[in-house]
Amino acid sequence: MSSNCKQSSSNGNLCSSLKQKKAWESLHRTADGRKWKRVVVFLWLVVALCGLVCALTSSNGGNSERKVETSVSSEFKTQVSLEYCNVSKEEFHALDSLFIESDRVASLACCRESGYEMPSSCTSTCRLKMKGSEKWHKLVAENVEFNAHCPSRDESISTYVGLPLSKNKTMSFISQLAFSSISSGHLWYKENELQMTELHNHATYNCESISFCLAKICLWILAGMVASFNILKLHEKFSSQKHEIIQETPRAQQSQLLQQSQSSSRSTGKWRKKILVVFVLAGVVFSFWLFWYLDKDIILRRKETLGSMCDERARMLQDQFNVSMNHVHALALLVSTFHHGKQPSAIDQKTFEDYTERTAFERPLTSGVAYALRVRHSERKEFEQQQGWAIKKMETEDQTLAQDCNLENFSTSPVQEEYAPVIFSQKTVSHIVSIDMMSGKEDRENILRARASGKGVLTSPFKLLKSNHLGVVLTFAVYNTHLPLDAIPEQRINATVGYLGASYDVPSLVAKLLHQLASKQTIVVNVYDTTNKLAPINMYGTDEADTGLPHISNLDFGDPTRKHEMQCRFKQKPPPPWQAITASVGVLVITLLLGHIFHAAINRIAKVERGYREMMELKHRAEAADVAKSQFLATVSHEIRTPMNGVLGMLQMLMDTNLDAMQLDYAQTAHANGKDLISLINKVLDQAKIESGRLELEAVPFDLRAVLDKVLSLFSRESQEQGLELAVYVSDQVPEVVIGDQERFGQIITNLVGNSIKFTQDKGHIFVSVHLANEVMLPLDARDEVLRQSLNIVQVGSNASYNTLSGFRVVDRWRSWENFKKFSGIPEETEKIKLLVTVEDTGAGIPPEAQCRIFTPFMQADSSTSRKYGGTGIGLSISKRLVELMGGEIGFVSELNIGSTFSFTVTFTKAEANYLDTMQQQCDLAVPEFRGLKALVIDERRVRAEVTRYHLKRLGISVDITSSMESAYSYVSCYGKTSVSEHLAMVLVDQDSWGKDICFPFHNLLKMIERNGSKSNSGIPLKIFLLATCISSTQRKELKLDRLVDNVITKPLRISALAFTFQEATGFGKMGHNTRAKPSTLRTLLKDKQILVVDDNAVNRRVAEGALKKYGAVVTCVEGGKVAVGLLKPPHKFDACFMDLQMPGMDGFEATRQIRSLESECNKKIDSGEASVDMSENFAHWHTPILAMTADVIQATNEECMKWPSQLRHLAATSDFPLATQLCHDLSESNPCSFHVELRLGDFRSAMGDIMINSTAIKQEYLPTSCLSLFSGHMYCAVPLRSEPYT
Amino acid sequence: MLGFGAERLRADMNRLLALLFHQGVLDEQFLQLQQLQDESSPNFVSEVVNIYFHESEKLLRNLRGLLLDREFSDYNKMGIHLNQFMGSSSSIGAKRVRNVCVAFRAASEQSNRPGCLRALELLEYEYCYLKNKLHELFQIEQQRILAAAVRYPPVQNHLNNP
Repeated sequence: MSSNCKQSSSNGNLCSSLKQKKAWESLHRTADGRKWKRVVVFLWLVVALCGLVCALTSSNGGNSERKVETSVSSEFKTQVSLEYCNVSKEEFHALDSLFIESDRVASLACCRESGYEMPSSCTSTCRLKMKGSEKWHKLVAENVEFNAHCPSRDESISTYVGLPLSKNKTMSFISQLAFSSISSGHLWYKENELQMTELHNHATYNCESISFCLAKICLWILAGMVASFNILKLHEKFSSQKHEIIQETPRAQQSQLLQQSQSSSRSTGKWRKKILVVFVLAGVVFSFWLFWYLDKDIILRRKETLGSMCDERARMLQDQFNVSMNHVHALALLVSTFHHGKQPSAIDQKTFEDYTERTAFERPLTSGVAYALRVRHSERKEFEQQQGWAIKKMETEDQTLAQDCNLENFSTSPVQEEYAPVIFSQKTVSHIVSIDMMSGKEDRENILRARASGKGVLTSPFKLLKSNHLGVVLTFAVYNTHLPLDAIPEQRINATVGYLGASYDVPSLVAKLLHQLASKQTIVVNVYDTTNKLAPINMYGTDEADTGLPHISNLDFGDPTRKHEMQCRFKQKPPPPWQAITASVGVLVITLLLGHIFHAAINRIAKVERGYREMMELKHRAEAADVAKSQFLATVSHEIRTPMNGVLGMLQMLMDTNLDAMQLDYAQTAHANGKDLISLINKVLDQAKIESGRLELEAVPFDLRAVLDKVLSLFSRESQEQGLELAVYVSDQVPEVVIGDQERFGQIITNLVGNSIKFTQDKGHIFVSVHLANEVMLPLDARDEVLRQSLNIVQVGSNASYNTLSGFRVVDRWRSWENFKKFSGIPEETEKIKLLVTVEDTGAGIPPEAQCRIFTPFMQADSSTSRKYGGTGIGLSISKRLVELMGGEIGFVSELNIGSTFSFTVTFTKAEANYLDTMQQQCDLAVPEFRGLKALVIDERRVRAEVTRYHLKRLGISVDITSSMESAYSYVSCYGKTSVSEHLAMVLVDQDSWGKDICFPFHNLLKMIERNGSKSNSGIPLKIFLLATCISSTQRKELKLDRLVDNVITKPLRISALAFTFQEATGFGKMGHNTRAKPSTLRTLLKDKQILVVDDNAVNRRVAEGALKKYGAVVTCVEGGKVAVGLLKPPHKFDACFMDLQMPGMDGFEATRQIRSLESECNKKIDSGEASVDMSENFAHWHTPILAMTADVIQATNEECMKWPSQLRHLAATSDFPLATQLCHDLSESNPCSFHVELRLGDFRSAMGDIMINSTAIKQEYLPTSCLSLFSGHMYCAVPLRSEPYT
Repeated sequence: MLGFGAERLRADMNRLLALLFHQGVLDEQFLQLQQLQDESSPNFVSEVVNIYFHESEKLLRNLRGLLLDREFSDYNKMGIHLNQFMGSSSSIGAKRVRNVCVAFRAASEQSNRPGCLRALELLEYEYCYLKNKLHELFQIEQQRILAAAVRYPPVQNHLNNP
């Protein structure tokens, strides 16, 4: 068991180490690790199996052997010692009985002589006894009883020595007998007990070993299951990891990797199967081997058991025989001493008979003893006379035959040289008295040998007289003198005086012996005389059916010439080796189970791998399909757009012709539809572009507020038509100019506002607000009024209006950015700023079930939506992607019938200050004129008032807000009295607050103030403006006619519109001719402009010239780049240049580059004051707008340099070219999606040109069309890219 | 009669144009071109077309010369010529010529000499056809203008009368 414990503990160690390894491996998942891991697992299995084998063998073999050995040896020892004890005791008793009759002195010699036969330790007690201790026997009895378990001689002897010797000579022979019988019985009992325990031990051991084996088998099954489970799990992990790896690798390598993994997995699968087969085979072989081994072991053990039992029996038999023989020897000596040593003889037939009778118990095996005298022929007569009978001879020579004993049957012995007539005999064999022993063949041989050797001699077994039992005769020679030990045979023969014979009844002897031993039923014992090897004589036992090999033990009966042996065999055939069968079957079952588990695992692995490969393939196909879809979309869109542009251009031109009303209507409808189609195609292209990751964001400085204004202007008409309030508000903290992609930013807002307009009908508002993300982060100390108002939407007033822009209820916008992750990601000190844009509407709202897929492309809230509202559902998807591209997040909150609020964050870079000036110069031309003025806004809604304030503030007008006309009245009346009243330049009244009853007195008041003020102020009259969301022209006229208000400003408020209105009302901005006088066509724009057309193709040149001339431009045509460079060397007269890119000699790129370098040189000179101002004429910088024309297909397909027309606006905004400024203005009024001039900036920009006109996919037949469209008033000319000179 | 003649000539011209459009010889670009023609440049179309004929004949000559040259290998130069030809053809709306040019250029890009030769022949044929038709057109136009010119004063007089 201890070894087993060790085994299990070592198993435990292994397990833990394995766990560690697994943990380690999970960290370093490599292919090598995987292989290694497998090897480890396999080794572990092998080790486990070895352990199992070791455990089984050790428990089966070693233990049992040891036990058997010990049990046998101990048994044997006890038996031997007990035997000795018995013998010596019996000896004492015999001697005692002898003493009773014979002389004590004489017996001393006998005692001395017979001392050898007793154990040496006994001799001392013998001597003590000789001194005549009467109590001794008693003491012996007590002592023996006392030391029953372990009769140690030395101890008892030391006790005896110390005993006081008493002279009382009272002893009872009967008590002695009783004692001996008791003790012997006790001993037999002990022996039995020992054997019983031995058997019990054996049995329990067997049981234990079997149960132990079963437990172990269970353990191993468990271990195997755990191992297989682990392997499975490991494999899964590994395969998943492999997936990851594959997913991570770039797409280009994927297929390769896939193939690799496929092949590797296939090979590993094969390898695994082979391993499995080997494992199963090994398991089967092992189980057979185990069976063989265990079976052999069992047989061996059986043999050993048999052997030990046999040996034990043989030894016992031998010992008992020897004891008897010794006794016979002692008898021989007795006869020698008392018969021949005494004159006259102390023994006669009667004495002998008596003595032998009484000492028969000591010779339990002898059927009788007899003494035959050696009589020579010369002495025969004398002897016969003396005895009174004649020497008779045995009737038959062959003693082996059974004879009926009858003295009369014996005839007188014939003359012989020597005779051995029996003179004394035990009573049992008294019939042989006077028979010459020499006459029997067996006896004669015996006698001769006995006297020659001086030792006891045995005859071969023969049938004894009378008893008819098979027996042997033991013969001792009696010598007349005391012969030395090394006496020669002749001396011995001469000294021989008689022979003492004893017949042994072997079968009864053996039977008696076997009866004493346990488990006599299990084995069969045969005793053979094997003196003659060829014909062994069966002395005991029956020949039974052969049940396996017998065990043979040699018996030594003290006669070297005779050989005896004992053969033992089991009675029953050996039982089937259950233990071996169970163990091997168990191992087999485990192996098969494990094999099955592994097979299942391997199959599963293969299945998973196959599935994975299929998935990968499908994935690739899906990806390919997706790519194909995107490509198809892009191509088709592109191809559609190209002719569509032509269609649009034609339609536009058609509309310019003389058409009647109906025709015009048709043409306009067609044009509008075409524009819609183009915008849709642009969106699809955008989506495809974003999906393919080819969209690159620009990083240019732009005015955020201007962008918002433009977006607003796009929707102004729609919102007015629907009666919606459309407003934009930008927090003060948002910088004026930021760097980013304004087009995309505008696109997002356009999308969101467009959606809002689409879904908001006839009520409420759409409110776009921009704040810094940091502002929103700390809502409680928000300084921004709009933010503060939105923080708690509450009902104000009795008429169910809320404190929102239009008074309608809105959703809580704070919730829309709740889920933003990176909300506060950017610390304030960095270059980046994060803006939060919110678009709030009071529309239909998005149903909750549709909210999850709102950002999926082509997925609207529900299919009915597209029927109801139209649209493709692609806008939000694009917006989301754009927002993500800009490093932001988009979110929304929506409630049915209340409205939706979309919020998104974008990250821009803070712009440098000098951009600001440039921007303001261009965009806010009117701003300085209003700076320092003061306005009063009368609006009952705080948020709306804030929006108005925001717009006015942008114009530099400071604002006071009152919530109603009444308060305004009081305000103004108070105001009028103060001295600062001169600054109050205008009053803006919201339509909602406008009431006829109050407006008249108010108006009068204002007029009064105006009159007062006009004296003192700078001449600006106080003006009243009405802010209206939707107002019919009749109303407007009415109001104007009433002269109650100076003008009506229609919302949405825009800075340009405000400025224009104010200018108109106040008479400012006389120099703002380019804002006021809006030439709607380019005819005026291009009039008298000097334009240089550079083209090598005469036809194209002529066509371009014709087209441009048609619009009043002064066209100069040149053929090559070199001439153009020469002409455009500053100073020159040209306002713009149309440059063909493909020209022999110097091409357009090179020419542009050279022109730019010339310009920058010149600019430098101007900057450094070297060049005269005259030379530069009115330009601060020389920067001739160069417009590229190209027809090259290859460049057209190069998406890298393709940019979208919407960028034009940005370019326009930053241009210093008056044409561009004008265009910019036009553009802001128009739909941004209507552009169909493609601008290709990539290559040309690198050549530092301005704009490339790629007339619709460079099919040159469209170039004139585009050119025409370009100048026909609604298509937009290319404008310079940057205002600052290129370096 | 004169007015009638002018009307008939205009109808003829339109028919011819329609035919040319139908055959795909011309496309709407030609109409654009015609629109560019006004009082300030009354002969704009014919001027442009004449430039085109001039240029084209030069180009065709060059192309033929390049192709017939035994050691010809300069497909690049041919491509430039073809680009030019194609550009000018597009400008006047000579659709079929342009298409042949595209094919020609494709052949030249592949250095396919037999293809180039075939394309050249086709190009010359198309060019001749176009030239003839345009000449015819211009002739009709000239007649029409003449006829119209004859008719114009009375009409103007008539218009001015009330």
